[in-house]
Amino acid sequence: MTDTALAPARLALVGNPNTGKTALFNALTGSRQKVANYAGVTVERKEGVLTTPSGRVIHVLDLPGTYSLRARSPDEAVTRDAVLGRLAGETPPDVIVCVADATNLRLVLRLALELKQVGRPFVLALNMYDIAQRQGLRIDLEGLSREIGAPIVTTVATRKRGIEELVAQAEALAGSMPMGENVWHEPSAEEIRQAHSEAQRILRAYVRPPERPDTLTSRIDNVLLQPVAGLLILSAIMFVIFQAVFSWATPVADGIDTGFVLLGELVGRVVTNELLRSLLVDGLIAGVGSVLVFLPQIIIVFFFILLLEDSGYMARAAFLLDRLMGVAGLHGRAFIPLLSSHACAIPGIMSARVIDQKHDRLTTILIAPLMTCSARLPVYTLIISALIPSRVYWGFINLQGLVMFGLYAAGLISGLVVAFVIRRVFWRTASEPFMMELPTYKAPEARNVLLNLWQRVVIFMNRAGRIILPLMILVWALSTFPYPPEGATGPAIDYSFAGLIGHFIQPLLAPIGFNWQMSIALIPGMAAREVAVATLGTIYSVGDVEGAGGAVLQHIVGSQWSLATGLSFLAWYVFAPQCVATLGVVKRETNGWTWPSVMFVYMVTLAYLAALGTYRGAVALGWG
Amino acid sequence: MSEALVLEPAVATADTVADIIDLGLLSARRIGARGTIVRVHAPDDELERRLLELGFVEGARVEILQEGLFGRDPIAVKLDDMRVALRRREAAAIQVRFDHAGASA
Ligand SMILES: Nc1nc2c(ncn2[C@@H]2O[C@H](COP(=O)(O)OP(=O)(O)OP(=O)(O)O)[C@@H](O)[C@H]2O)c(=O)[nH]1
Ligand SMILES: [Mg+2]
Repeated sequence: MTDTALAPARLALVGNPNTGKTALFNALTGSRQKVANYAGVTVERKEGVLTTPSGRVIHVLDLPGTYSLRARSPDEAVTRDAVLGRLAGETPPDVIVCVADATNLRLVLRLALELKQVGRPFVLALNMYDIAQRQGLRIDLEGLSREIGAPIVTTVATRKRGIEELVAQAEALAGSMPMGENVWHEPSAEEIRQAHSEAQRILRAYVRPPERPDTLTSRIDNVLLQPVAGLLILSAIMFVIFQAVFSWATPVADGIDTGFVLLGELVGRVVTNELLRSLLVDGLIAGVGSVLVFLPQIIIVFFFILLLEDSGYMARAAFLLDRLMGVAGLHGRAFIPLLSSHACAIPGIMSARVIDQKHDRLTTILIAPLMTCSARLPVYTLIISALIPSRVYWGFINLQGLVMFGLYAAGLISGLVVAFVIRRVFWRTASEPFMMELPTYKAPEARNVLLNLWQRVVIFMNRAGRIILPLMILVWALSTFPYPPEGATGPAIDYSFAGLIGHFIQPLLAPIGFNWQMSIALIPGMAAREVAVATLGTIYSVGDVEGAGGAVLQHIVGSQWSLATGLSFLAWYVFAPQCVATLGVVKRETNGWTWPSVMFVYMVTLAYLAALGTYRGAVALGWG
Repeated sequence: MSEALVLEPAVATADTVADIIDLGLLSARRIGARGTIVRVHAPDDELERRLLELGFVEGARVEILQEGLFGRDPIAVKLDDMRVALRRREAAAIQVRFDHAGASA
């Protein structure tokens, strides 16, 4: 079969969780898939392409980590199906790259023995070789390679070391070896034991224990995992994050805001056509600008979450909170999807794939959108800065920051309560076992963090350009046309489509204190939460004040909304499912419309009730 | 620390003659307990296989590093070269021969 020598080869990266498969995938293909220091980062298959120096095309497949091909959770099933070629129209990969953490070889050797049964040639990539060398770990590479019957390459994925060698070995295998037969079957407990002792024997023969084992992780854990101190530190970290979201972002946000105000004035002076000027100033600058102001805050949230993810702390937090989550009927591992959801519910919902038990997983998915995602920040910040006085207590606690923290807490606590209800009332099945690797601590990679932040900026700007901008043109048109009839007395916007629609639905929302502008903002706000802010910016800008969003919008809200109305709006946004993308992902992850519908209904109901209670309560307190 | 020299009444085997052999379940111990796994057995075969796959296998070294605040659950253990968090309920499937200060095992 010489003519297949230059046919594209297919290569799959398989290995235990958190061994650097994705880092290797990125190094091989130049992709930028997410890399972080906890087990279960990758939950779906990703494909990339590379061309070898000899011109051969290789399709590389990055897969979720697993301890065994005997998959249990949906993410592990992805790996099993890809390796065994079980997906429709697919054969097993031509070459398997078994990725190992060189400092922890025992488990991966057992997995390698399992992979051998699949009958495909494989290369063992000893990744994290830098750490192995630092620890003075001695591995007899030749002997080990002979013993397992596969070539070995040492790599440092994050530094792109050993990549050419890996490609060369994989390419050599892809052409030469005849495909063996697939004799893999689910191993029994006895077979797993035998494979373990085989792995142990190999390990004894070819690997000498490290001369300088890592003690840092133990020392850090002695503090961070302590029952009381650990929980206090965790709360302190959370508190700092939410305070920072409010206090650190302000100077930058103010700068951006000033920029937009100046831009609006400039455009207002240069453009003479009144309709065009209104479109640019009211529709685009006031609308889109009022959302872009919040970029710094979103960056701060992502920054902290990235630090937590990359350092190895996530798994510790899951450990500390396991029992508390258990009270709400959640699995300890649910913490990671739920914390990710504070950035955005979509990756959060996807990462629930690491939870194997169906009910545990569905519960996590259902409450993930209650976590305060970064798209809520524009809404929260607008209302808080407009209606809550900026007072400082004890020199460091800002009242505005405190309200923000309260909103985060409200999201989290209501999520736990909902989970409790689901697990105690509807699904009273036992919870799955909680077993989770606690990774070695690593200093977060500056490059990785910056790259990820940059990606967030791009995504955010993309959303502003592709979703918010066209929507704002639409909102502007709806609130400008038709013009009021001759001799009309009220404000022009009352006669526009937007005014008509707003006034039409407002009675429905009047009990919770929403005015017509808020009512209409909820409709385009379904596209994404922050769009509601942009819509308010546009509507108010068209409506009365000539000027841009940001500070002007804040001023309008401050002067025209009562505190009760503002609080009610906040309460609505804690619960409301104002994000079609989230509903779409839930549909995909649960294979149908049932769960997204359930989610929508329960969230809207909670939102209405919460806003109603808040509004009535606030009015009773005299804040109406 | 507190477990040192305490003899678990739990399981006695034939060769307890000369040495003090402290056999017990991983789930019953406190921080600092360390030893070698002698038996992994769960009534649920699936759980047993999962424990094995994660490296809880006869002959492996374990040490309890930390305990959770509520009900001392879950526990963080050092398992050979890695660290694992698990609940005591699952740890009950793991029987360990614990080391002793002074006693050679
Ligand atoms: N020092 C060092 N760190 C590495 C190396 N390769 C990966 N890492 C780090 O190891 C961690 C895990 O890397 P990932 O690529 O996300 O691992 P993965 O195998 O894809 O993990 P899952 O998708 O969860 O199975 C990250 O913190 C990486 O920065 C390496 O060669 N040297
Ligand atoms: Mg990965």
